[in-house]
Amino acid sequence: MWMLEIPPFTLFFIGGLIAALTRGKIRGAIMVAIPVISAMHLWTVPEGIHLQIAFLDYELVPYRADKLSLMFGYVFHIAAFISIIYSLHVKDTVQQVAAMLYAGSALGAVFAGDLLTLFVFWELLAFTSVFLIWARRTSRAYHAGMRYLIIQVLSGVILLVGALFYAADTGSLAFGYIGLDSIAGWLILIAFGIKCAFPFAHNWLTDAYPEATPTGTVLLSAFTTKVAVYALARAYPGTELLVYIGAAMTCFPIFFAVIENDLRRVLAYSLINQVGFMVVGIGIGTALAINGAIAHAFNDVIFKGLLFMSMGAVLHMTGRINGSDLGGLYKTMPKTTILCIVGAASISAFPLFSGFVSKSMVMSAALENGYDWIWLMLLFASAGVFHHAGIKIPYFAFFAHDSGLRASDPPRNMLFAMFIAASLCIAIGIYPAALYSLLPYDTGYNPYDATHVLAQTQLLLFSALAFVWLNIRGMYPPELRSTNLDVDWIYRRAIPNVLARVFAAIWKADGALRNAVLGKWSQCQRFIASKHKGLGGLLSGSYPAGNMVLWVGVLLASYLFIGFVNKLMA
Amino acid sequence: MDINKSNNEKSDEKDDKQYFFDNPKNTKWVMNIFYACCVLVVVLDFVINRHVYHSWENLPAFYPIYGFVGCVVLVVIASWMRTFLMRSEDYYDKSDDKGCDHPDDDHDQEHLEKNNDENTHKGASNQTENKKIGDHNVDA
Repeated sequence: MWMLEIPPFTLFFIGGLIAALTRGKIRGAIMVAIPVISAMHLWTVPEGIHLQIAFLDYELVPYRADKLSLMFGYVFHIAAFISIIYSLHVKDTVQQVAAMLYAGSALGAVFAGDLLTLFVFWELLAFTSVFLIWARRTSRAYHAGMRYLIIQVLSGVILLVGALFYAADTGSLAFGYIGLDSIAGWLILIAFGIKCAFPFAHNWLTDAYPEATPTGTVLLSAFTTKVAVYALARAYPGTELLVYIGAAMTCFPIFFAVIENDLRRVLAYSLINQVGFMVVGIGIGTALAINGAIAHAFNDVIFKGLLFMSMGAVLHMTGRINGSDLGGLYKTMPKTTILCIVGAASISAFPLFSGFVSKSMVMSAALENGYDWIWLMLLFASAGVFHHAGIKIPYFAFFAHDSGLRASDPPRNMLFAMFIAASLCIAIGIYPAALYSLLPYDTGYNPYDATHVLAQTQLLLFSALAFVWLNIRGMYPPELRSTNLDVDWIYRRAIPNVLARVFAAIWKADGALRNAVLGKWSQCQRFIASKHKGLGGLLSGSYPAGNMVLWVGVLLASYLFIGFVNKLMA
Repeated sequence: MDINKSNNEKSDEKDDKQYFFDNPKNTKWVMNIFYACCVLVVVLDFVINRHVYHSWENLPAFYPIYGFVGCVVLVVIASWMRTFLMRSEDYYDKSDDKGCDHPDDDHDQEHLEKNNDENTHKGASNQTENKKIGDHNVDA
């Protein structure tokens, strides 16, 4: 179709340029066509290094394809295609252009074969995606976008420093296995960790995603964290630390998700939870675990996109997204309800849905490698994710008490995009072999044996039973209008408050010091002035100029008079 | 899934129409199917010969109990977390406007309490609402 050396992101960047210059139906057609053409091309791309540039003393590899990067390349094309269809009704140049550039940056990062190229796209991901948040055009969105941008750029800067250390250590910038043996390794891990929403660095995600536009969040959920997962899978497979970090990521967000009111923020927390499963898989590092992590990333892009799309549809049609305002929407949005339930079943890993065929790989790998406690945590997280993403989202949006809202199903393009995603979820769930054939390793794994299916069904049905029981007992926490404190409290409240206090104290001390010095100074002046008062009266008295002229005249006159008298005497 | 299909058919009609879950009988019916499924999977636990990786899996009904207890613990802890994590909805917005003067903290607190009152009031009504629904409107 075109030359092999042209990396996939170029077409998206050109598409962004065209989207900026065109309007209406033409723009829509071009935007839909680009991921399709690009995907068709990518399908034919063989593994290997397709582009190499010498830069100073280093080899840069902007385009390297192997099983790992191709896998992410495919799913990013699917995600771009679905979210572009989903946002076809939007008439906002900023968003359309940002969408194309953002998808392109993600592809660029995934096919980057060296750390410098990775850094460039790492930062581009931040700069292009922030416009999807700002496009909401509210003050909250503006501030959330700012915080998002600062944190993302910080991650990029740490990556750059790490890359420089790495180049100094090894003399090469190649992006392969890095490991934690050097400072460079740790710095790069921190950079990846920030973008991957590691605990305590996760808050940019739950802060920014719910503030983006309904269509923007769908794109956001697909790319940034998955690029980070890809980077971890390439640079840190088998790093044991990641197992514990990932397990923490699966567990802590579900507590916040249960009490969160904003349903898109609930999904943002569950996104961290899902990424946790992938991080655990990468940390275990066996062929099965890595396969599981990557397959789960692939599925997560689709089912999390589907869930964000269904909540975006609710927000688009009703203007509300808080659980406390919604309910009873199944009556007039039946199609959205069904599609949302498909997404919910997929994320909860119900048998025959996509989550099941990938999540069970990570869980099996945890058991096989003797991570008993981690396995228990993952099991708890599976039950928990069903509890909040599987039940809470559909229940509070579409069922629960009737809110009186009577919104109709969303525009056809939105429904169609959700339909594609839902079909993929079910197709992968029913026929996982297609997905498995794309994975880097051949493990001959079969998720559908009686043990797995029964165990998972039991786990899910009884967490549902717990939900029913708690609801009947009235113990289920009601949806309340509220803000729940999270780590962002530290930089949004605690640090500004402490700084305000510190600076208030500094200004106060500074003011007191100045006053004291100035007081002393004027005291000195007064003292000197008073000491020389007598003399000063004589010396510094001021007289009109006329006086002086008069006295000069008097002097001259007396001089003349004395001279005249002298002459007479002589 | 069949429940939703029947929703789909019904919702094409006018709004004053009774919807699927408006009828307590339907809800009861759905819930009974759900309970039957729960019983069924536990019975299957003893029928199907399973290969286990971990000794805990040999405990009778390990997964059902773990799922149920896990979720109850999750909800109880999460509700308890509300006692110290919950703030008014515009908690951060206010701080954006006026910088961070501390005299405002008092005002904040005051506002928060007011808001909390409202919340608990609303919460209480929500809670009863939930309770009511809980009896007949859970479709999971």
